[in-house]
Amino acid sequence: MAFRIPSLAPADANEVLRPVKPWFVALTLAAALFGNLLPLEGMALALRPDFLALTLLYWCIQAPRYVGVGVAWTMGLLMDVGDGTLFGQHALAYAVLAYAAEYFRRRVLRFPLLQQAVQVAALLAFCAALVLFVRVFGGAPMPRLVFFAPPLAGALLWPVLSVLLQLPQRPVRSSATL
Amino acid sequence: MTSHLPVEPPAFFHRGPSPAARLVFFGLVSIALLFLDARYQYLEHVRQAVAVVLHPVQRAAALPGALLATVGDYFASKRALTVENEALKQRLAATGAKAQGAATVAQENERLRALLGIRVRAEGGGVAVEVLYTGRDAFQQKLIVDKGRDAGVVAGAAVVDADGIVGQVTRTYPYVSEVTLLTDKDHVIPVKLERNGVRAVMAGTGAGRAPELRFMSPTADVRVGDLLVTSGLDGTYPQGLAVARVASVERDTGQMFARITVAPVGGVDRSEQLLVLARSDERPPRPEDPVETEAAKKSGRGRAARGG
Repeated sequence: MAFRIPSLAPADANEVLRPVKPWFVALTLAAALFGNLLPLEGMALALRPDFLALTLLYWCIQAPRYVGVGVAWTMGLLMDVGDGTLFGQHALAYAVLAYAAEYFRRRVLRFPLLQQAVQVAALLAFCAALVLFVRVFGGAPMPRLVFFAPPLAGALLWPVLSVLLQLPQRPVRSSATL
Repeated sequence: MTSHLPVEPPAFFHRGPSPAARLVFFGLVSIALLFLDARYQYLEHVRQAVAVVLHPVQRAAALPGALLATVGDYFASKRALTVENEALKQRLAATGAKAQGAATVAQENERLRALLGIRVRAEGGGVAVEVLYTGRDAFQQKLIVDKGRDAGVVAGAAVVDADGIVGQVTRTYPYVSEVTLLTDKDHVIPVKLERNGVRAVMAGTGAGRAPELRFMSPTADVRVGDLLVTSGLDGTYPQGLAVARVASVERDTGQMFARITVAPVGGVDRSEQLLVLARSDERPPRPEDPVETEAAKKSGRGRAARGG
């Protein structure tokens, strides 16, 4: 890692992290919900990653004690109302995503961030495919291929998000010791 | 280098049901909700309750955009404002002349209607609304606007902008409402051609595709550029509002129907200031339905226009 920026580099395996604070988890989930409800249009709307799915995925992997299937499901209900979609559509997708995250979390964490992003892309795309299945089963027409752009955008965002969300857990003097 | 494995208590401490059990539980509840919502619309009360929790976030999310717009306004050049002002004045003059004519025509119309003993059409006001955000669901075309039931918005009301119909209010919450756009796949609106009064049904086809006129015979008198206005037959949309222009007509006499696509004249995908028209239920009661046979039900289901 030649271009490592001291304080923003991902945490090393040897580094002792402070415990996750529940209020921080709640705050980031609220912020992600906020991001999902931002008024965008055109290209930005088509490419907008699902911030909420991404943040839920992160916490399901990093803090399974606080965020699991139940929390994901509840946030999904909020998203269903926010978007005016079928009740339960996001809830089901997020619950399955949370379960997949808990199932794969040890494997995902063994890889460096860029390789984690590839696996996150697969998880998010699976989540999108589930929504697609529910809607097409309900009689909606097949959307265009751009439907799978948000999961890819989300995966690209994963390394950045991982570092940012872990910042409060880093020991204060980590930048000096690295 | 591997990432940090978070510390967690050993598995022999009891931590509630296993993730798989939770997934099965919540998955089944979701599927039940989906089914109830899609088939029976039983869940409006639950939705309303969740909407109250969500409302502060919805409002907050609209703030950055509003702030940017304010900052943009502040730095807008005087020249640009003058140009816009001129354009608006010209438009006002043009519509003002028309409106004066319209007032006279309306009076005349009222007298004639009175003479003929026809029910007078109610003229309602409206509620000006602003778009909060667009729904992010790829399968439907919806907007969330910033006024709800407390401002008098009712489900079923037509939504217009300065140029024409944009859509219809499909769900109201206490402080926001959902507008389904003309381009939504499930949105159908009865229209007529302004030129010759031919009635038609215009149906949305989903994101990125042009809406189409359904069930028009290949010999119907439709030309590219014809203006479509609401026919008012559904009792949802007031009569005579501009809806769309015919964009293409494909007549294949081998087919049962012509393929006619249209382009909405209203700013369906761009307008931010909209007007929700008040609904007027000044209609005679609907005649009683004849007893339907199974076959009639099947053939009628796909064609039924979406009414209030």
